Amino acid sequence: MAILHTVNKSPFDKNSLEACVRLAVKGSSVLMIEDGVYGAMKGTVKSDVVTGAMGDVTFYVLGPDLKARGIGEDKLIDGVKVVDYSGFVNLTTENDKVQAWL
Amino acid sequence: MSDVKKFMYVNRKAPYGTIYAWESLEVVLIGAAFEQDVALAFVDDGVYQIVKGQDTSELGIKNFSPTYSALGDYDINKIYVEKESLEARGLTVDDLLHLTWEDENEDWAEKDSIQVVSSEELKKILDESDVLLNF
Amino acid sequence: MAIEVNGKSYEVDEEGYLANLNEWEPAIAEVMAKEDDCELTDSHWEVINFLREYYEEYQIAPAVRVLTKAIGKKLGPDKGNSKYLYELFPYGPAKQACKYAGLPKPTGCV
Repeated sequence: MAILHTVNKSPFDKNSLEACVRLAVKGSSVLMIEDGVYGAMKGTVKSDVVTGAMGDVTFYVLGPDLKARGIGEDKLIDGVKVVDYSGFVNLTTENDKVQAWL
Repeated sequence: MSDVKKFMYVNRKAPYGTIYAWESLEVVLIGAAFEQDVALAFVDDGVYQIVKGQDTSELGIKNFSPTYSALGDYDINKIYVEKESLEARGLTVDDLLHLTWEDENEDWAEKDSIQVVSSEELKKILDESDVLLNF
Repeated sequence: MAIEVNGKSYEVDEEGYLANLNEWEPAIAEVMAKEDDCELTDSHWEVINFLREYYEEYQIAPAVRVLTKAIGKKLGPDKGNSKYLYELFPYGPAKQACKYAGLPKPTGCV
């Protein structure tokens, strides 16, 4: 059962990203959206949440939400993939379930 | 005028994900009409509000980050950003909007509004404020 | 509510402000002004265009105090004072001029 996890909260405000990563099985996909996109930035005190799980899960981030917040792709942790809205739709159809971490 | 109070708006939320940032900005602009001594502090995720280069066109919601640049026109020129919050997020002052105000008494000389301050400095500034509003 | 301009209908709110600022065109300002028995002169247009530029840059309609100061800086002190602006826009410079400019009511204006 492939699961797509979505995280929409800032890792500095809520521990949703940490909980998601802790409880996601190997091979899952994690998509950061809305304020969740701050979790994809490198050089922050929360960057190791993503880098630490990079081999086990695949991380995605929603491009329009990055753009809205003024985060250039050069600020992202290496290996995080940027998707647009249709990429988001593809991820939901490619996976059997979606788990939204609020 | 002895009835001028020091107002401090403390902003701790990222923009767009919640409505706090925009609500705060609206209250600041409305409150400016009362000609009080107004200062803003950006702490925790609030620092994301004034990151430059925001573009919400694909979200279909209003990009209100240009409005921070109007604060100088409203005589709001004390904008404090907590150093620790910036550093925790891998940001520097170069990632922020360049907010300025023009000093009418010095032939409209342009001056910086943003001051990056440490937690130690900010706590004193907060302590010296008469009215604190948190968003 | 709506306003008719050159056979086209534009949605406005209960106070007559244009619902969608992207729909604005100069003819709308003319019609709104006529309803207020106001004839738009170049001096009026100077302020209306200034407001539209201000909104474009800052995404807000400025408060009257800010408008007065900014007009004074841009167009000179003989125009940057409330007497001049109130003569042009007797219903309140920010309020009335913003309406003609197709902008929302200035933030903080009651």
